[in-house]
Amino acid sequence: MTPGPRPTAPSALFPALVVTGITLLALFLALPILALVLRVPPGVLAAHLSEPVVQEALRLSLLTSVAATAVVVALGLPAAYLLATRAFPGKRVLEVMVDLPMVLPPTVAGIALLLAFGRMGLAGRALAVFGISIPFTTTAVVMAQVFMSAPFFIAAARAGFAGVDSRLLEAAATLRASEAHRFRRVMLPLALPSLIAGAAMAWARALGEFGATITFAGNLPGVTQTMPLAVYISLQSDLDAAVALSILLLAWSFALLLALRSAPAFWMGGGADARRSDPAQAR
Amino acid sequence: MIVALPAAGAAPSRELRVFAASSLAGAFGDIAQRYEKAHSGFVVRLNLAGSQQLAAQIEQGAPADLFASADLRWMSYLAERSLVDSTSPTFARNRLVVIVPRTNPARISRLQDLARSGVKLVMGAATVPVGRYGREMLSCVSRQPGFAADFATKALRNIVSEEENVKSVVSKVQLGEADAGVVYRSDVTGAVARYVRTFEIPDSANVLAEYPIAVLRAAAERDAARDFIELVLSAEGQAILEQRGLMRAAGRAP
Repeated sequence: MTPGPRPTAPSALFPALVVTGITLLALFLALPILALVLRVPPGVLAAHLSEPVVQEALRLSLLTSVAATAVVVALGLPAAYLLATRAFPGKRVLEVMVDLPMVLPPTVAGIALLLAFGRMGLAGRALAVFGISIPFTTTAVVMAQVFMSAPFFIAAARAGFAGVDSRLLEAAATLRASEAHRFRRVMLPLALPSLIAGAAMAWARALGEFGATITFAGNLPGVTQTMPLAVYISLQSDLDAAVALSILLLAWSFALLLALRSAPAFWMGGGADARRSDPAQAR
Repeated sequence: MIVALPAAGAAPSRELRVFAASSLAGAFGDIAQRYEKAHSGFVVRLNLAGSQQLAAQIEQGAPADLFASADLRWMSYLAERSLVDSTSPTFARNRLVVIVPRTNPARISRLQDLARSGVKLVMGAATVPVGRYGREMLSCVSRQPGFAADFATKALRNIVSEEENVKSVVSKVQLGEADAGVVYRSDVTGAVARYVRTFEIPDSANVLAEYPIAVLRAAAERDAARDFIELVLSAEGQAILEQRGLMRAAGRAP
């Protein structure tokens, strides 16, 4: 090492580093997906996709993931609103509870769901008295998806609510608008892009749910075998079939995420921009 | 993928990488310990998963020295692709049993009850060895005296879940969520036996799973791998397998 005057970074170095980083990341993320797409010729792909098992799995995935997203939005909205707007005792605990499913291995989540809602489970035992048994049903699939995808919606919705310019809320309050009215007329419209983005993330996570589903709901074609489960089971016997299913799942998720990310700009004519730039100007 | 970290302070050791079917977890754990004791300087790394999954990993170039499969099919799959040596001795056999939770929610008292409507039966998927054997067993049983001819059809209709490995079948019964499950005798280990009751299946209708073992063509430790097979086939190895609920290979007397 020769000591010398520390060279000031040439102005080209920073952009070069950024570009290198982005290129490496893009390659790392894109290559496996490209490899999947290139593995199966289109004809074989089409043949696999018309199989009844695949059609059943598709139908079930669509049904359960839409139901799960609806439940997540309905139950997540109050929690996100509360976390974004209030300080209260036990807030930290609620925050951690809401985030926990994100870090829990899905299989463990499935076992936990069984221990809670299974026939011998904490709550399941009470349900069994009424003749209700959840495991191995389509309801169990939806529950597993809700459990795993709720944090994604709540995090995005909370950020959306927190990002609403407080001056607007204060203005509404001086006009004696009730909290319900402020929520409906100010908060909800301004946070909408974040809510939609969060719902899209939750939907995509529900679509891809595997570990909790197979553990809690089991695997039966037409009842609990969603697309990811069909992929895994066909992986045991026919790699090409598994790849074909994966490509379909990928294309679906890609279209979903892309559409829901670009949608707010179309629907609201820059509403998203207004919300995002306002708090920044206030600071 | 398993990343081997150099053990701090330990002498550099050589690795024997054994890919074994998950039903061999207990037995191969014991055998690996014996092996390490007898061959100092060697560490046995066990990769336990479904046979079909291990075969796929080997096909995709996962580094391994030995493959022990829960059925002949996946061994011949690799042999056809010239990925394993042509000699693959059968070192153990396993048989199927039916397990029910100790609480026995469906009040199953004999094999015939599996066909009663409303029983929640869990089996391996048809693509997994235990699932294929299980289906063969059910249709064999249907032809036995004392069983209705449509026994298998009715029992199959009771399936509420097709699991992708045998351990998942065990855990669903163990947790009391399934009324009955078809598993290997070797899966009913001490820890499991506390939670389940076992129903034996008559030998005449049972399917005997055969476990072959072979050295991989691409093995880095060929000699060590052969030594390991020798240990598995030895009286000592066979006794361990038997202790763990497997059966000796045919022709290997105690």
